[in-house]
Amino acid sequence: MSTRQVGEKVQRREDPRLLTGNGRYVDDLGRGALQAAFVRSPHAHARITDIDIADAWELDGVEAVYTWEDLEGRVGEPLPVLIPHPAMTHPRTGYCLAKDEVNHVGEAVVMVVARDRYVAEDACGRIRVSYETLPPVVGLENARAAARLVHDDVPGNVSANLRQEVGDVDTAMAAAPNRLTLELEIERSACMPMEGKGVYARWDADDESLRLHSSTQTSTGVRAAVAAKLGMPLAKVEVVTPDVGGGFGVKIVHPWPEEVLVPWAARRLGRDVKWTEDRREHFVSSAHERGQLQEVEVGFDDDGRLLALDVRFWHDNGAYTPYGIIVPIITATQLLGPYKPGAYRVEFWSMYTNTVLVTPYRGAGRPQGCYAMERTMDAIAAHLGLDRTEVRSRNFIQPDEMPYDHGLMFQDGRPLKYDSGDFPASLAKLKELVGWDDFAAYREQAAAEGRRVGLGIGCYVEGTGVGPYEGGHVQVETNGRVNVATGLTTQGQGHQTVLAQIVADELGVRLEDVHVTTGDTRRMAYAVGTFASRGAVMSGNAVALAARVVREKALRIAADALEVSADDLEIADGVISVKGAPGSSIDLKTVAVLSNPLRYAFDTSAQAATQFAGTFDPDKPPVADDDEPGLEGQDFYSPTQATFANGMHAAVVETDPVTAEIRILRYCVVHDCGVMVNPMIVEGQVHGGVAQGVGGALYERMVYDEGGQLLNASFMDFLIPYASEVPHVETDHLETPSPLNPLGLKGAGEAGTIPVSAVIASAIEDAEGFPIRSMPISPPELWALRRTHSPDPAQEGTS
Amino acid sequence: MKPAPFVHHAPRSVEEAVAALAEVGHDGKVLAGGQSLIPLLSMRLASPGHLVDIAGVAGLDTVEVADRHVRVGAMVRHAGLERHTGAAAALPLLRLALHHVAHPAIRTRGTTVGSIAHADPSGEMPAIAVLTDAVVEAVGPGGAREVAAADFFVGPLETTLAPDELVVAVRFGRFTATTRTGFAESARRSGDYALAGVALAVDADGDQITSARASFVSVTPVPDVLDLGPALAGRSLHDLPLDAVAELVLAHVDPESDIHAPAEYRRMLAAELTRRALTTLAHDTTEGAA
Repeated sequence: MSTRQVGEKVQRREDPRLLTGNGRYVDDLGRGALQAAFVRSPHAHARITDIDIADAWELDGVEAVYTWEDLEGRVGEPLPVLIPHPAMTHPRTGYCLAKDEVNHVGEAVVMVVARDRYVAEDACGRIRVSYETLPPVVGLENARAAARLVHDDVPGNVSANLRQEVGDVDTAMAAAPNRLTLELEIERSACMPMEGKGVYARWDADDESLRLHSSTQTSTGVRAAVAAKLGMPLAKVEVVTPDVGGGFGVKIVHPWPEEVLVPWAARRLGRDVKWTEDRREHFVSSAHERGQLQEVEVGFDDDGRLLALDVRFWHDNGAYTPYGIIVPIITATQLLGPYKPGAYRVEFWSMYTNTVLVTPYRGAGRPQGCYAMERTMDAIAAHLGLDRTEVRSRNFIQPDEMPYDHGLMFQDGRPLKYDSGDFPASLAKLKELVGWDDFAAYREQAAAEGRRVGLGIGCYVEGTGVGPYEGGHVQVETNGRVNVATGLTTQGQGHQTVLAQIVADELGVRLEDVHVTTGDTRRMAYAVGTFASRGAVMSGNAVALAARVVREKALRIAADALEVSADDLEIADGVISVKGAPGSSIDLKTVAVLSNPLRYAFDTSAQAATQFAGTFDPDKPPVADDDEPGLEGQDFYSPTQATFANGMHAAVVETDPVTAEIRILRYCVVHDCGVMVNPMIVEGQVHGGVAQGVGGALYERMVYDEGGQLLNASFMDFLIPYASEVPHVETDHLETPSPLNPLGLKGAGEAGTIPVSAVIASAIEDAEGFPIRSMPISPPELWALRRTHSPDPAQEGTS
Repeated sequence: MKPAPFVHHAPRSVEEAVAALAEVGHDGKVLAGGQSLIPLLSMRLASPGHLVDIAGVAGLDTVEVADRHVRVGAMVRHAGLERHTGAAAALPLLRLALHHVAHPAIRTRGTTVGSIAHADPSGEMPAIAVLTDAVVEAVGPGGAREVAAADFFVGPLETTLAPDELVVAVRFGRFTATTRTGFAESARRSGDYALAGVALAVDADGDQITSARASFVSVTPVPDVLDLGPALAGRSLHDLPLDAVAELVLAHVDPESDIHAPAEYRRMLAAELTRRALTTLAHDTTEGAA
């Protein structure tokens, strides 16, 4: 019997190719294609009064210059609101090219198509757009004040207002013996994948068909959106996702204006056209996330147990809302983490500003929610003089209370109902890992050396693997090769490895015989996409179900051939044998031959399936009524609800007593994503997530000035942490299987990012002795904060 | 992010390079390692019509160690100078500072002389140039001339170099055998432009300090030298009047606020880094650590 693959730290099969520079990204394709570049708005808010493109046409190599006026049919209509919601009373989306008005710096106004990108950019430089500038709305305070409006017809700059309440918060709050209020702030950051967006369109004029390559997180979504915009039959549009250099959420939004314009131009010009986003474009014309202002009121008993939790927050959704209010909905629901809140009321306002739009970024609203809840937990502990883990522990949902229904509606429109988890066990593991109970001694020792250290903690629950569905297709070729297809896309997560591990186990074949294709609508037309930590849960279970279909068929055919009962057969390493009778067996590849009755033999193995080869029952058709030719099968996995992973992080930080420089000395993670298909890949996901979380906690922010200009739109000034800034991450795992899906999986993709800002704030607060209420925090900010808390100049300069 | 069209000149000699620069005047730029210039071109923040690429100019890639100086040619990469054992032995401050110049990948391409000619006050090597009383060797249509580093820097990204002049080398002055040197800087991320940095040269007779000088990174509009003598001369290395030193530094530096740190933080940081670098240097038991 071969080794079971699921649960093994199998080396990533995609890495040799990717690490030796042999990946194929959109920009590696289409060498001879025309290239597009865009004139983008330099103003945050303005009316377009004139566009003069005459000079651009004079340049040799310019093939087309388009403005909104040129856009035909639905291409000229506003982009879709992808996820409508009843609470979103004022959804607004932009146009592929701005019509009349621009609402953020970076909005596309003119498209140039030229021989190459150099010429296209030269041409952009010659186009004169005249604007009548309007006062911009920048920052949540200004959006709330609503002295100016982003959209004239959106009162108060509010796109959506949603309130949910469980229990009677006012009564419970009034009765609570202790009450605290917290005002919190969290800044913008962004996904910043190494590869920006990219689109390459191949138009086949004879066939009137389109093949589109896009650096996207949803090829089926792009396909449907582009077909609709271009008025094309779905059957004439294929979308292929090549290697994608990271997504982290920004590429789930679709269609981006360029995803519509590039194929539209290709069809119009009858030429291949491509566009590769550059870094500055990515900063000003993709998407950001995180920015919120929060107000928390909490009522609790003398033991620190929550009695009432009342949360109000304002979410900056930027200039447009193509992705709806998913992010604030997730904040509102996932804020609760592993705790029972008592009576809970949450209300949010999603606000327009004249800045880049806001769509999910790894964590997708959870980092903000976790931050609000965990800051609250620390505040309760401080108020009562209790250990911070004790307060958390007293509020945990207990394992025997699972499944636990919070009585709220989650982001998938379904109940927020936790399926499983063992929070006390996770906390116990974390405390041991970080040495929670020994920290006081360490702090004392550090203080004796003139060092200032702090310990922080953060706990979260993450709804993962949301529906509606994903599919799997598994096909065994007559040479034994197993082809697996699933429709969601890959951005480097390791799907080629983990999905192959699952199929190898389910089908009983060798890992090296399994080949996985993702994100290609030619191979799987029905799919949703890669987001919400759903890849392993959704496609993992889908390919498992598909493999089971194939296995059943293989056993049925083998049983006929071997003249035994299918129940007596087993499959290992691609060989079907009779249990306990090693001599009696048939190769899976031979079964593949038999599964497809042939008239013509294309090779010697195929002869076995031809009409004169065997002793077929002349009374039956070669393919039975309820059967299909071929050893292949397809199935879909569609869950009733999300499955809820969880984790707890702790960090030890050191803050310089003079310069306020912040160093993370240790970072510990206890993580529970149910059954781990590949623990090495899970740890990699956690490490990468923590790295992005550290960026959001200590380094990254979008610095807008009052005029709506993004002042740090480059990797020189937008500070993504380098390897030198990311601590070694110590991990430990719990595996609480999900009862909801066949493999017991929960998602892991976003986990690492979620609690980091909360944890670092907690640790700095612990080191400094005053509350941290705004994140991220930089050394100059901490230094300034110290002076507001102890305006004693003596702290300056006594090393 | 594609540069505007430009003419690429590939001279083989200093004379050809200078002739090309003279021909194109203000519309030309010297391209050496390209680590500052190429991003500026790609973002179209600069669009010179001509680039005079000196990578192929013979004789510019040597490091010479002499009794009084270390002479660094215009095409010597930061990494080459950093690894040069002779230069490190003759003037340890070079390696100390080069270690802080951006990241290894950038040091592999970027040139030390180029960063001095670029005259960014947040560059490490301009600060080293002034502290070592370096001499800039320039060649123009009228011949060669030498400029003391103190006279070379005029303002941020501004020098006394004429558009038709090429810096062919910089001679960093060596310290005496009894001089101790130190370097410290702090950046938001490892390898970023420093929020503040300091280079120190302290001469001592036994324990007694005879002279002390400092230059700074990112906190003065042009790199210049602060004489720490008024605070330190005559004092013992083991009893440093750090508060007095900090006062001198606070009075000298004149940082600007930007999105990464306000001026007052940078000012504090410059003083604190000076205290720390001085303390480290004083505790260095290697006699004559220069």
